[in-house]
Amino acid sequence: MTVRARVTVYPRREILDAQGKAIAGALGRLGFDRVLDVRAGKSFEIVLSDNGGSVEEELGQISEQLLANTLIEDYSVELLESESA
Amino acid sequence: MKCGVVVFPGSNCDHDVYHVLKHTLGQEVLFLWHGDTSVQGCELVVLPGGFSYGDYLRAGAMAVHSPIMAAVRELADNGGRVLGICNGFQILLEAGMLSGAMRRNQSLRFECRDLFLKVERHDLPFTSGYRSGQVLRMPIAHAEGCYIDTGGALDELERNRRVVFRYVDPEGGEASGENATKWNVNGSARAIAGVCNDAGNVLGMMPHPERCADQLFGNDDGLAVLASAVGMAADPKGAVA
Repeated sequence: MTVRARVTVYPRREILDAQGKAIAGALGRLGFDRVLDVRAGKSFEIVLSDNGGSVEEELGQISEQLLANTLIEDYSVELLESESA
Repeated sequence: MKCGVVVFPGSNCDHDVYHVLKHTLGQEVLFLWHGDTSVQGCELVVLPGGFSYGDYLRAGAMAVHSPIMAAVRELADNGGRVLGICNGFQILLEAGMLSGAMRRNQSLRFECRDLFLKVERHDLPFTSGYRSGQVLRMPIAHAEGCYIDTGGALDELERNRRVVFRYVDPEGGEASGENATKWNVNGSARAIAGVCNDAGNVLGMMPHPERCADQLFGNDDGLAVLASAVGMAADPKGAVA
């Protein structure tokens, strides 16, 4: 069995997201007047073998130890699908 | 002093640091490969600038997990000197050996130019060759140099005098207000350019002292960082006797 999961990492709300702001500005210049705010983050698709342990817990450790710098970024974990090998 | 310069895949200032330590300052220097597990008796280890691991994920994030970093951490814990320059500073932050984090420059540009720094601490192994408040001209070259931390952590940093260098204008005035975008180009909190740990034996700085360490380059304001670090405070312009 394998599990496919997605980890999403965003800059924390209280931190100025210069990239998101620049993208929002560009969308405004393209005429997308309804765009009020953009946040730019990263998304990781991870496939794990499901050996019975808690996949969510392990993905939390993966995020804390490498994928996100929790001083400046928040992360969320989403399980997408399980597949039989 | 026996000095080591760590070479990560993507380091590009390693030879510059090696040159200054060996040829300008006459020290024993060796390159330490990122896959090594020992600092081989070095008393000073420099993490040089560059783009370790292509800046994948976040600048410095991958280098932290190199085998050599456990030995570098051990050296620091035992009082040895560790200097991180530019990408080396980013690595020390990601490793938690210094507090804070780096974000993209507020300008969203790779900034490569000379800036001015005020020496906030001249009582460290890395700054004993400077006067307190001395203003230095030093080049920066980075895209992720916007130093940030929580407000409380920044207050603590100031209280414990761990801010070593601060961006200022050429006259030494604060890089704030209208001056900020010009002289604090990356948008660092409180114009912080370099910080140390509590013990003062680990220093991280975004500007490149090794690129201004010889009058041949037209500027040797950075020489005293490396000269101090090896116990040869030799700033020709203002060393404290």
